[in-house]
Amino acid sequence: MDLHFSGTDLACFRGGRMVFRGLSFNLRPGGALLLKGPNGSGKSTLLRIMAGLLQPIAGQLAWHDSSVADEPESHFQRLHYVGHHDAVKPVLTVAENVAFWAALRDHHARLDPALDAFDIRHLKDVPGRFLSAGQKRRVNLARILAAPVPLWLLDEPTTALDIATVARFERVLAEHRATGGMVVASTHTALGLDDAVTLNLDEFQAEADFDDGLY
Amino acid sequence: MTAFIEIVRRDLRLAMRQGMDSLMVVMFFVLAVVLFPFGVGPEPNVLARISAGVIWVAALLASMLSLERLFQADFDDGSLELLIMQPMALELTVAAKVAAHWLTTGLPLIVAAPLLAVLMNMDGGGFLVLVLALAIGTPALSLIGAIGAALILGARRGGVLLSLLILPLYVPVLIFGVSAVDAALNGFSWRAHLLILGGLLVGVLPLSLWAAAAALRQALRS
Repeated sequence: MDLHFSGTDLACFRGGRMVFRGLSFNLRPGGALLLKGPNGSGKSTLLRIMAGLLQPIAGQLAWHDSSVADEPESHFQRLHYVGHHDAVKPVLTVAENVAFWAALRDHHARLDPALDAFDIRHLKDVPGRFLSAGQKRRVNLARILAAPVPLWLLDEPTTALDIATVARFERVLAEHRATGGMVVASTHTALGLDDAVTLNLDEFQAEADFDDGLY
Repeated sequence: MTAFIEIVRRDLRLAMRQGMDSLMVVMFFVLAVVLFPFGVGPEPNVLARISAGVIWVAALLASMLSLERLFQADFDDGSLELLIMQPMALELTVAAKVAAHWLTTGLPLIVAAPLLAVLMNMDGGGFLVLVLALAIGTPALSLIGAIGAALILGARRGGVLLSLLILPLYVPVLIFGVSAVDAALNGFSWRAHLLILGGLLVGVLPLSLWAAAAALRQALRS
């Protein structure tokens, strides 16, 4: 009766080409999945499919045996997604930015610990427009920490982060997994995720003749 | 419900901090109406006769002015995809955004309207109905506008496209909004016109929330 998040035989067709097909994965509590592959191999697309923003043209996503496509809203409830944009409003302060996203999920208590975890508590009252790219990314990461959910989908989360913050972030990830959380991350740089399963998207590229067979 | 209120609060706060947006809508409204006495001449009777129509058309254009930004800012900085991934119906999120938009643009228009009615030499008997009609009509304008604002996401020159999409849909609201005021000015019963306007609002509410939410999902898929 173990909880798990899995994808079976996923395929994605975008922009007139098959991005990947036949992709399967299985993630258990405390597990981590590291997405690798060259630019354009579909890492971001796969993360967006996992988040329910995109639909795969084939295959099935499941959370503990119930299909994600059937209940998109309860899937949203259990995931945080970090994409390429940081969603930091320039006129809101750091605290307001983080508090807004946390409040949407009914959590209030964890604001300060979340800011501490990424060392941005001293920026609490600074409006978003004065933040650097790395600081904005930290605000975005503090957001996912402020409202605990089991599944984190991270699309190149370490972009613009300095080395010290990457180390902090690795500790946060380890803590999240120690409490039964799951992590899916795509990255080009080294990210310390102990015994993470690596999924190389290059292996799931569709053959050139696939389109002819399908249509 | 908490999430609904949180989104409204955030959008109101954003509007307050960058206060020019609301102010500009009201300024546009006032200026557009003020242009008419220059254009048609300062003949009091003529102005009084066209006052209801002029104020309504100006209100309609003014409320459209700010629609382009309704989802665009959130779309650009990635907030929109996070809003979509909240565990509540996207239609409710859209409703919250529209409510905040109406509070920051529609409400100021209603407040400014009686002032402009004086300027246009409108008979005092029409003031109450004008305010009532705007109070029912402007939420409908914001709602219809949300469909257009969601459809233009990702398009170039979205503002022009938006007006082409939305202005034809505004026509029913305009017709009954103006006819309610005209009825009051001419001593007829204005109740039926306001009821139809209310009916339009009630019909547009679920339809536009549903359509705008569908357009947003589509925008994030491409």
